Amino acid sequence: MNRTRPMLPYMVWMTIFIVVPLFLIVYYAFTSTEFNGVALTLDNFRRVFQPVYMKVLWRSVKLAVVSTAVCLFVGYPAALIMAGNAFSRKNTVIMLFVIPMWMNFLLRTYAWLTLLERSGFVNQFLARIGLPSLNILYTDSAVVLGMVYNFLPFMILPIYSVLSKIDRGVLEAAADLGANKVVTFLRVILPLSLPGVISGITMVFMPALTTFVISRLLGGGQYTLIGNLIEQQFLVVGDWGFGSAISMVMIILILISMAVMSFFEDGEEGRALW
Amino acid sequence: MVRFLQRTYVYLIFAFLYAPIAVLISLSFNAARSRGSWGGFTLQWYVELFQDRVIMNSLYTTLFIGITSALVATIIGTAAAIGIHNSRGWQKKLVMNLTYIPVLNPEIVTGISLMILFVFAKLQFGYLTLLLAHITFNIPYVILSVLPKLRQLDKNLYEAALDLGAEPWYAFLKVILPEIMPGVITGLLLAFTLSIDDFVVSFFTTGSGVATLSITVYSMARRGINPKLNALSTIMFVAVLLLLIIVNVRQAQDEKKARRQNDKENTFSLVGRASAADIDPEWMQQQ
Repeated sequence: MNRTRPMLPYMVWMTIFIVVPLFLIVYYAFTSTEFNGVALTLDNFRRVFQPVYMKVLWRSVKLAVVSTAVCLFVGYPAALIMAGNAFSRKNTVIMLFVIPMWMNFLLRTYAWLTLLERSGFVNQFLARIGLPSLNILYTDSAVVLGMVYNFLPFMILPIYSVLSKIDRGVLEAAADLGANKVVTFLRVILPLSLPGVISGITMVFMPALTTFVISRLLGGGQYTLIGNLIEQQFLVVGDWGFGSAISMVMIILILISMAVMSFFEDGEEGRALW
Repeated sequence: MVRFLQRTYVYLIFAFLYAPIAVLISLSFNAARSRGSWGGFTLQWYVELFQDRVIMNSLYTTLFIGITSALVATIIGTAAAIGIHNSRGWQKKLVMNLTYIPVLNPEIVTGISLMILFVFAKLQFGYLTLLLAHITFNIPYVILSVLPKLRQLDKNLYEAALDLGAEPWYAFLKVILPEIMPGVITGLLLAFTLSIDDFVVSFFTTGSGVATLSITVYSMARRGINPKLNALSTIMFVAVLLLLIIVNVRQAQDEKKARRQNDKENTFSLVGRASAADIDPEWMQQQ
């Protein structure tokens, strides 16, 4: 009896609903149906490289990089503190980072809409303590804020997970050998935590690059980010060829950034969470 | 002093993470329509919420799609996990890579690729397409929940059952299934939670007139602020919180059992979302 048979339905299902659709994207990206029948074409990709769309692409990458950097610089110290002995009930603290991730991300984003609007909570608060009001809703800043808010735990948790597994003996050895705290951090802790940093960066950068909801709700204009562009092509314009081509460019961008990341990663150190 | 500063830093991050949720929840009880002032406690928005036909319909759709897709995904996924567990070499590698595609693929790509497929197959967009899409992105999570349980399983048990004259199917029902049940249930709950939480894939695969709660929230939020949405957020937050607690208590119990058996096998951990590694069982015991 073939004991691998139970996975047959799954294989069929995934072939139909995952593999075939991905090939359909490739198919639409490289063909046009303008003339009689279907023709192979690179026109869709040529359009992606027009200045208008390159600007969107550039802006998406820029906002995603900024958000990832903010998450890293805010998140790393937090992970470091949590891995240390500032808290006696460590697991409660970690749980408190996990809970917001389980709230629907639309609602989390919507919450900022309420906070940031002209007469919203933030401005009421600023007015009360005598500060000028802050009008960042419908700007890039609001989009970055939304991304950081949504994705910060994705940065903190993998870094924490790696940091908490560092052998204390290694740190004591560094101290015994005369390293002060700064040197220990730079030469021991930081290199050892790199796998966590890399999976954190991947997990923030990817959703930040592909989102269309955060930019649609908190950002201004229609064609803010690459995700919005794809959404528009499929749901409003109906130009699947172009939409597929942008999607492919986006996937390639992600693959490149993942390749760059794994270049920095030690080959032997397994990722903590993947 | 250092400890104090360190704690303050983490508390500030918590304030950043929880303040918006807290504001949203308190505004859902605010009688004044404007967000600026507190007009007294009211349940008016909750009453209006439950009288809103569009919202209630999308709630039913969400629950229907969530339960159905979780059940189907659990059946296909559990079977698949058993097959994967028994497979070796390139075959196993291939299937595992297939399993990771929807987990790692950007959601928007999964969404549009399914949309193209459904148009290609001339399916009418609505409940069916929504269901197929949800089952598709749910199955891998069921597999990843069941596989660790299969690895903990003693191989000889199944063989023993066969030796004692059990038919393969009977041996599966009486021996394997009870052993892997915790993983199956966790997978089911995880699939249900992911389904009710999903927006992006649903957005691309639904048809006119059929909306899940997330889709309704999106279209309402796009039109601006709405007190009913605050009430809805509060309910959804509490509901998901309860589900999360149930899943984690289950995993904590599992791990306690596993620990007792001196089993060092790691339970599947997927980056915070229902991750057993991040949420230590001891935390649950302390509570």
